[in-house]
Amino acid sequence: MVAIIDYGVGNLFSLKSSFSAIGADAVVTSSKSELERAESIILPGVGAFCDAAKKLKDSGLEDTVISLAKAGKPLMGICLGMQLLFEKSYEYGEHRGLGLIKGEIRPIETVIPKGYKIPHIGWNSLEIKKQTPIFENVKNGEYVYFVHSYYAADCESSVTAVSDYGAPLTASVQAGNIFGCQFHPEKSGETGLKILRSFVALGEEK
Amino acid sequence: MITKRIIPCLDVKDGRVVKGVNFKGLQDVSSPVELAKYYTQNGADELVFYDITASSDGRKLFTDILCETAKSVFIPLTVGGGINTVEDFDRVLKCGADKVSVNSGAIKNPDLICKAAKLYGDQCVVLSVDVKRVDGVFRVFAKGGRENTGMDAIEWIKRCVANGAGEVVVNSIDTDGVKKGFDLEMLEKVCDAVNVPVIASGGAGKIEDFITLFNTVPKVDAGLAASIFHFGEVSINDLKKEMKRNNIPTRI
Repeated sequence: MVAIIDYGVGNLFSLKSSFSAIGADAVVTSSKSELERAESIILPGVGAFCDAAKKLKDSGLEDTVISLAKAGKPLMGICLGMQLLFEKSYEYGEHRGLGLIKGEIRPIETVIPKGYKIPHIGWNSLEIKKQTPIFENVKNGEYVYFVHSYYAADCESSVTAVSDYGAPLTASVQAGNIFGCQFHPEKSGETGLKILRSFVALGEEK
Repeated sequence: MITKRIIPCLDVKDGRVVKGVNFKGLQDVSSPVELAKYYTQNGADELVFYDITASSDGRKLFTDILCETAKSVFIPLTVGGGINTVEDFDRVLKCGADKVSVNSGAIKNPDLICKAAKLYGDQCVVLSVDVKRVDGVFRVFAKGGRENTGMDAIEWIKRCVANGAGEVVVNSIDTDGVKKGFDLEMLEKVCDAVNVPVIASGGAGKIEDFITLFNTVPKVDAGLAASIFHFGEVSINDLKKEMKRNNIPTRI
């Protein structure tokens, strides 16, 4: 069973539907015991970093997520959920993240050339930098769907793919059993479903 | 590299897709679910569902069908039509819409975009605007393009983007239905005025019209059309092959 963490951020309808579509058993939950029982965990998120970080803390699930991740349970952060895995973010001030992956979140306008629109929204191709289990069935150059204005920086050791938006932006990361996708696999057509399938398989192996 | 998006728009009334649709191998040509799946498998980068229902029963059917579609379609889904309040946003987002487009609702209630952007984020709010030349000036039209609001279109678009609209769909009434190409002059002006994605709508009649659009106004992010896709006059797969041949970035 995959647990999709419900901490009051964003709409989890598509995410839940995409797991159903690949035949995976997924629950949307804010229960600590359900997270403990789950084979793998999805940390979703849209909106602003500080707001989401606060909501995750207020939900009382932050420590559970950290300890389960450290105990080796497969965890995947999606979009803002990926950004939360890092040490800190500079979105509207400076805010602390979960610190599960080394690096920080910075505005994309500091790296992309002038004239590029913000947010980075649309389909962009993956430039795979490092083999990672979630890309087992994904070829270099496949397209995924992005919507974001901030990106993960100073995280070279965990970057598994980048996408070119005038500058290479971190598209996905991995640190052991902890994964992150800046793009939305649940909105990335067949490619996205393949990524979710591979992630689910990691939990089932355990 | 980010690609130029191709977006088919489906008009839905009382839970069914209206306007003639003619695809081989599609059993129920007016089923939004079937059509959405068809387009997803045939190259569409995103889908727009436009609710043209007038009755509340029809609206209920629309949200039911939206839920069903969203369960099996894993590309971005934008919903428009009859969005006048934040509650309308909530209603369609809960059914699986990723973005919500507002048109007359934003004209009637100038706070709507601002409120929705704060609640759901800029990326969720799409401004849809019907524009027509009146004495050489681009004006905003309301009520499905029937009523001249007198507002300057470029100023209106800038204001809505400042209020939090994350994307703009610009429909040119002058070129809509004429099938002689997009309104390049107007699109150029809009692209110069804002720094959010701009989606061109109105006027596409053939593949070359999209090539001309992306080559002439490279800042345009996407092309939207309805009947030419539904009638099979333009196949999205063929269109994308031609885009690729012309070095226009496309997801293929």
